[in-house]
Amino acid sequence: MSKARVLSAGGAIPVLLGPAWAHARAFYDFQAPVTPIARDILFIHDLFLVIITALFLIGTGTLLYSVYAHRYRRNGIPATFTGPVGRKQWFWASFPFAVLLVLDYGVLGIPALHSILALANTSGSAMTVKVTGHQWNWQYEYPAYGIGFTSTLSTPQDQIADEAPKDKHFLLEVDHPLVLPTHEKIRIILASADVIHAFWVPAFGIKQDAVPGYLRQTWVEIDKPGTYRGQCAELCGVGHAFMPIVVRAVDQVAFNQWLSREQAVAAAQRAASGIAYTRGQLVTAGRKVFDAYCAACHQPNGLGLAGAFPPIAGGHPFAAAAPMIAALRARGFYRAGDIVVGPIANHIRIVLHGIPGTPMPSFASQLSAADIAAVITYERNDFGNHTGETVEPSQVLAIKTGH
Amino acid sequence: MSAIEHPADAPPSGITRWLYATNHKDIGKMYLVFGIAMFLVGGLLAELIRAELLTPTMRVLSPEAYNQVITVHGLVMVFGALMPITAGLANYLIPMMIGAPDMALPRLNNWGFWLLPPAALLLVMPWGLKLIGIGNGTLDTGWTMYAPLSIQSGPGADFAFIAVLLLGLSSTMASINIIVTILNQRAPGMTMLKVPVFVWSWLITALLLVAVFPALMAGVIMLIGDRHFGTHFFSAAGGGDPVLWEHIFWFFGHPEVYVLLLPSAGILPHILATFARKPIYGYKAQVYSFCVIGVLSIVVWAHHMFTSGMPPAANIYFMLSTMAISVPVAVLFFCWFGTVWRGAMTFETPMLFALGYIVLFGIGGLTGLVLSDAAADQQYHNTYFLVAHFHYALFGGPVMGVIAGIYYYLPKVTGRMYSETLGRWHFWLTLIAFNVTFIPQFLAGIAGMPRRIPDYALQFWHFNLVSSVGAFVLGASQLLLVYNIVRAMRGDGEQASGRVWEGARGLEFTLPSPPPFHTFTTPPVIE
Amino acid sequence: MSAVTDEHGHYFVPEPSPYPVLLAGALFLVGLGAALLVNSFALGWAPLAAGGGLTVYVLFGWFGRVVGETRAGVYGLKEDRAFRWGMMWFITSEVVFFASLFGVLFYERNIAIPWLASFSGPHSPLSAYAPWPAFHVAWPSSGPAGKPFGIVSPWGIPALNTLILLSSGATVTWAHAGLRAGNRTRLKLGLALTILLGVTFLAFQAREFAHAYDELGLTLHSGVYGATFFILTGFHGLHVTVGTIMLSAILVRAFKGDFTPQDHFGFEAVSWYWHFVDVVWLLLFVFVYWL
Repeated sequence: MSKARVLSAGGAIPVLLGPAWAHARAFYDFQAPVTPIARDILFIHDLFLVIITALFLIGTGTLLYSVYAHRYRRNGIPATFTGPVGRKQWFWASFPFAVLLVLDYGVLGIPALHSILALANTSGSAMTVKVTGHQWNWQYEYPAYGIGFTSTLSTPQDQIADEAPKDKHFLLEVDHPLVLPTHEKIRIILASADVIHAFWVPAFGIKQDAVPGYLRQTWVEIDKPGTYRGQCAELCGVGHAFMPIVVRAVDQVAFNQWLSREQAVAAAQRAASGIAYTRGQLVTAGRKVFDAYCAACHQPNGLGLAGAFPPIAGGHPFAAAAPMIAALRARGFYRAGDIVVGPIANHIRIVLHGIPGTPMPSFASQLSAADIAAVITYERNDFGNHTGETVEPSQVLAIKTGH
Repeated sequence: MSAIEHPADAPPSGITRWLYATNHKDIGKMYLVFGIAMFLVGGLLAELIRAELLTPTMRVLSPEAYNQVITVHGLVMVFGALMPITAGLANYLIPMMIGAPDMALPRLNNWGFWLLPPAALLLVMPWGLKLIGIGNGTLDTGWTMYAPLSIQSGPGADFAFIAVLLLGLSSTMASINIIVTILNQRAPGMTMLKVPVFVWSWLITALLLVAVFPALMAGVIMLIGDRHFGTHFFSAAGGGDPVLWEHIFWFFGHPEVYVLLLPSAGILPHILATFARKPIYGYKAQVYSFCVIGVLSIVVWAHHMFTSGMPPAANIYFMLSTMAISVPVAVLFFCWFGTVWRGAMTFETPMLFALGYIVLFGIGGLTGLVLSDAAADQQYHNTYFLVAHFHYALFGGPVMGVIAGIYYYLPKVTGRMYSETLGRWHFWLTLIAFNVTFIPQFLAGIAGMPRRIPDYALQFWHFNLVSSVGAFVLGASQLLLVYNIVRAMRGDGEQASGRVWEGARGLEFTLPSPPPFHTFTTPPVIE
Repeated sequence: MSAVTDEHGHYFVPEPSPYPVLLAGALFLVGLGAALLVNSFALGWAPLAAGGGLTVYVLFGWFGRVVGETRAGVYGLKEDRAFRWGMMWFITSEVVFFASLFGVLFYERNIAIPWLASFSGPHSPLSAYAPWPAFHVAWPSSGPAGKPFGIVSPWGIPALNTLILLSSGATVTWAHAGLRAGNRTRLKLGLALTILLGVTFLAFQAREFAHAYDELGLTLHSGVYGATFFILTGFHGLHVTVGTIMLSAILVRAFKGDFTPQDHFGFEAVSWYWHFVDVVWLLLFVFVYWL
């Protein structure tokens, strides 16, 4: 959208606020809609704005007129009425409420009913995508095509720490966006692995909670290729602000090309679990995994947070609630008040299965064996841990499959 | 029997006057002082939030601490500040307004108050424990305590839940006392349709509290069960449902909004009538509206959950029933307009705040109508639009209302006039700074900014910058209120007459300012 | 000083009292202790015990004071009415508390369980994604991941307990009639019988809980059935316990010569409470045990 357009739409509102509605038609509008639902809702929103602005101006205007005309200096003798008298006054006193009822249930209610029913109708979709919320990233699966991946914030830690200039899409960029075809009804099934998350992309006009243990459905039909950004909209813990949603909408041809590429990558990943890597390769790959999946809790420097998230760095003191300490001790990661680097097998199990009863989640469905091997190798050879050990994907697979 | 004596006419001296109080005026004052102190604490937390949000990556607070601060800000403002301030006004005023010597159950009254400081202490204690290495601070789930996040949360959550139990006990006891007082202690001739609007508003408020707070207490007990005793109320693995917690919370939480709102809507007509020098317009209409609002507020709760995945029929029901609330609320507005219309208005500080209340709460109410739309809520829910809406509805309404009430009754309580100049400064700074703080939040929400995030995308920066600057001014200007109160309490300022305001009516204004320790020990005669 | 009040006289305002603030402090200690204990800080026993002891002290002191004032005759009609209203609204708040627990039972059974099972039904559009593919609607149920358990038959001890509580409602009413007729022997006998029935009920209930835990495998961990079963029956049992203690206090007062045929609010308040607990049990029997 051109700068000139933004300014004209902004009208008298200070130019200072300009950048904020760069995605919208005007400062009072949502981000430009690209689905039927989003357009419906924008229509309702604009209708509302007209109506409530009118009601507000009538109300405030009446009040201000009264303040002006019925002030003591101008009108020294107050009236004494305490309510409407006679049929005519009662009629005019009731009139605003009749108008209000028509506004509520007619002007506003009917479009709302239409949208609610349209939103609930997920039938007739050409394709299904399963979206699973995790603390704190999104996992996308295309069951019909046998592919799936996790999408994690890719804004570098130094930008978040204000140590580097911020990117244009600061906090709204991911390593692996959800790719969807345009002009097709797509059913989105929502699930959660831990707590309630909410999947929200403003340009699509949908916001749907993902509830652990249950499924929710919604749908989109995107009519314009482009990149659309949203965020988790239900407080889900310390990483709530750091799990954006990025959707790349492409035409059918491009989508098919993307699909075949992804399927090839998935096949290669499955093969990669059998390959042996060097420690250097694993540490380099592991650093990326750590920053994306572990740093939010265990902190980029691996020192954790007192009372909540244990340090990765061995030899550091740590105190927390008894169940957490007991779990760490039982797995060999805690001795005499300090975190220590425990056995490799338990390390793998912790990352794979999480620690029940503590915030440590299971990563078995989110990270490949190669990723887990990499991050464990990294953890055991950085943060002042110098075990010199290498963990190979095959070791992870062995534990995962129970051999 | 000599062991049982009537209390002396003068208050006892020393700390026991307050610890052992049975006098409604003393207990009312304690509520007010506690509430205003908590208002400052909650305000300080708000300033921390706004400092964090000043720039996209400001790190005044870690994300973990941020979640705790927003949680405590919400809990302190709702339970620590607004409810105690309105309860303080109720305790101080209701017996005088209905011509009673005191509350019906004076000792219960004192218990209700003294449960509050322990609850506040339990809420913030985990921050102290963290300093000595125990736990990771206080509850960090937002005041809504949604499961399973609240089940996963650290030990601070248990402290907060037990604090909620104490608050529930306190509110229930205070409410029972207020209901009984209104039903039983009225002076002869003070029929129910003669009691002042403020008394009616508190009767409905107290009934609502009795009707919903026990549900929250039951819910909190179940949360503790899920956390520590292996139950599965809110976990699918055992057949439970996290959304059930949302139902329980909002079954309490929505009426709670009216618990905050009604007392201020009750005090407003008194102030408008006084400074318009006119009788209240539509007394019965307002009383009936309170009743209708009270009933409706219990059956609309799930409009807070339009994105939780309820069936469309449920969304439609909760949308339509919510829209119905616009009618009795509009009746209240109509009566407020009718009360000032063709009056002879002067604009002392209470009147300014009352008029500001009408305008700001109008915005809160109208945006509430917008949010009642279950379809459009897909865009508004959990964004800054919602945050701005409920601050207009709860600051623009109740806070402005209780500030108006405090200025209105301060001369009656202390016998001293406040500084009118400072009062007006306080009003204009509050009005302007409030709008500067929250109008940008409406726009940020519309532009797509979710709530409860410590860091945000660059496109929301300017909104937040303006909002934070507004919040700093808003916070600082509340110190004028504190100064005005302290000044009057210390006995500085002009002596107030018994009637205080030229247009004031009501039994409380037939008494001297300040009123004697015991009033209406012999019931007054009501015409 | 004449302290007797009437409709147009003075209302009794008690002198400053230390009990309310002490009770608030006691509950703070209880709360603090509980919060520490559930988080495995054994230190929590200290504040819990201190708070509990203080609570007992305050209850004796506060109620003792009110009894003293009653005997001194400082309460008139208006004070009496205030107490009555107060007790009625307190019971109302208890009704809401139990109503929400029943509401939870309704939700878990009629909404949550069918919802969870709906994903896997043969006609479900979501069956391919069902989080709990093998789960079907059932009640009792410990949920998709719960362990199996046995249930308490309603026609054993629960039915007997229903009889016991209903009889106790009758005995307390019989005692009341005795009091009103000036027959103090009937008052004492009726109260004693009621207490006996209450204790019997509690003993049976304790046995039933032990049976559920040890033999049926029905515990707090047994999914939503176990959770709702124990929270409803547990809180009811707690109320019966409190009611029995209150009845005992009333019996002691009866032996000390309190209450007249015209004026006996303390007795009435406790009997209202007892009837309330009775009605809750009937609903429990129908909705928890039977249906």
